[in-house]
Amino acid sequence: MKRLFLTPYVIWMVLFTVVPMLLVLYYAFTVPTEGGTTWSLENFTRFFQPIYLRVFIRSLNLAVISTLICLLLGYPAAMIMAGNAFKRKHVIMLLFVVPMWMNFLLRTYAWLTILERNGFLNSLLTFFSLPRVNILYTNGAVVLGMVYNFLPFMVLPIYSVLSKIDKGVVEAAGDLGANPFQVFIKVILPLSLPGVVSGITMVFMPAMTTFVISRLLGGGQFTLIGNLIEQQFLVVGDWGFGSAISVVMIVVILLSMAVMSFFEGEEKDVALW
Amino acid sequence: MVRWLKRSYIYLIFAFLYLPIAVLMVYSLNDARSRGMWGGFTLRWYVELFQDRTIMNSLYATLIIGVSSALIATVIGTMAAIGIHNTRGVPKKLIMNVTYLPVLNPEIVTAISLMLLFVFSRMRFGYITLLLSHITFNVPYVILSVLPKLRQLNKHLYEAALDLGCTPLQALWKVIIPEIMPGIITGLLLAFTLSIDDFVVSFFTTGSGVSTLSITVYSMARRGINPKINALSTIMFTFVLALLIIVNVRQAREERKERNGRRVPKKDSPYDPRFGSA
Repeated sequence: MKRLFLTPYVIWMVLFTVVPMLLVLYYAFTVPTEGGTTWSLENFTRFFQPIYLRVFIRSLNLAVISTLICLLLGYPAAMIMAGNAFKRKHVIMLLFVVPMWMNFLLRTYAWLTILERNGFLNSLLTFFSLPRVNILYTNGAVVLGMVYNFLPFMVLPIYSVLSKIDKGVVEAAGDLGANPFQVFIKVILPLSLPGVVSGITMVFMPAMTTFVISRLLGGGQFTLIGNLIEQQFLVVGDWGFGSAISVVMIVVILLSMAVMSFFEGEEKDVALW
Repeated sequence: MVRWLKRSYIYLIFAFLYLPIAVLMVYSLNDARSRGMWGGFTLRWYVELFQDRTIMNSLYATLIIGVSSALIATVIGTMAAIGIHNTRGVPKKLIMNVTYLPVLNPEIVTAISLMLLFVFSRMRFGYITLLLSHITFNVPYVILSVLPKLRQLNKHLYEAALDLGCTPLQALWKVIIPEIMPGIITGLLLAFTLSIDDFVVSFFTTGSGVSTLSITVYSMARRGINPKINALSTIMFTFVLALLIIVNVRQAREERKERNGRRVPKKDSPYDPRFGSA
């Protein structure tokens, strides 16, 4: 019976997950020739040209900046919400999650209305007779869009780890003579590290690969690696090169996940002692 | 004082999260086409929204794909979860790892890999490719919602049903399925919301003529601001908010009932930030 139940899914998985991934690899490592296709690394060597490397560095840069801002804004927020500043904690958590239920594109589009030249922000600035700003279609707008969309991904894992910390441990540290700052650095922070790690991964990954935010708020002139892949598939039609960039991106993400889990593991070992 | 500071910080974060939505809502009622000023109250954009064939068609497509992909994914996923639960060793590990692949892969990679598959097998891009893709990224979430419920299940329940004269199929249908129902429902809802919210995968796997709401919004937003989108956002946000309030009130009521009655094991659902951890 168990075989009967598993079979449809296994077939589905092979057809729609495994085979497509193999196709990506196939296109990445082959180039079309007159007779057909040959194995080649040409798609990858092309990626290491300065124009494409610049796109890669820019994506990495913006993703790291957004992740850092999310961490700096999100950690205190998670800590406050896990603490006892609010009586009705679940209502606060619900209010925090509600905006995420709105369609991702509409949320990004909303910033267009605020940041555009005659938009909400500039009307507000004019009203107080302050100079206007033009941040739409800059890197700043892209980072803003990423932080806005991905902040909850940082806060929620940290929150869930923090709210599980045994209050007795924190009190014990205080009783043993640690001041609040020391309690934070030596007890709370190390214990919350798994949440921080999963938060960082959950923000960094989509930030690194997005092409919607950069397309809408970056106005197309600030191409990120996601836009490059999109272009190769939908505009240029160079699937080999597009697949190769995707493979590079998967490798970068796997590497960053490995680094993160290394940090997580190391801290666990320290905590054991 | 410290408490006051803490609260203000959270309120500031809330202001940041809600400001764009509030601005959209206000502008959806603004009669002036240029957003700089207030041109008086109007419902014009709502009327135009409902008269817009493109938007209405894509709303229809979104709902059809959402409902059918969620239902199919729930059936496949629930069966798979029961199968996986009863499998051991290397095959289980292998299946679980491939299951996590669409969850961990960047969306754009899932999208292009499916697009390559459909090109390679010469399928016509449209409803069918869209549906297949949505089922593919939905099934893992259903499995991850149902598996914890199966783990909580009392092992002897199934055996007891067999001892009392059920056939294996009856035992499954009358005992196991009702017991894991909460997990199945969570999976179904999760699949439906993921399907409705999806843009990237749909964008790469749809054909000419078929467009989901996300795709329509994307192509409209690329051409700049459109007050009809503001109206659409307002309606969708109000709808989601109402739905969430209903679900939460119901949950709170049920929890109270359960607390008064028997003790129940703690709910365990897969991690999805949108469901919070509350």
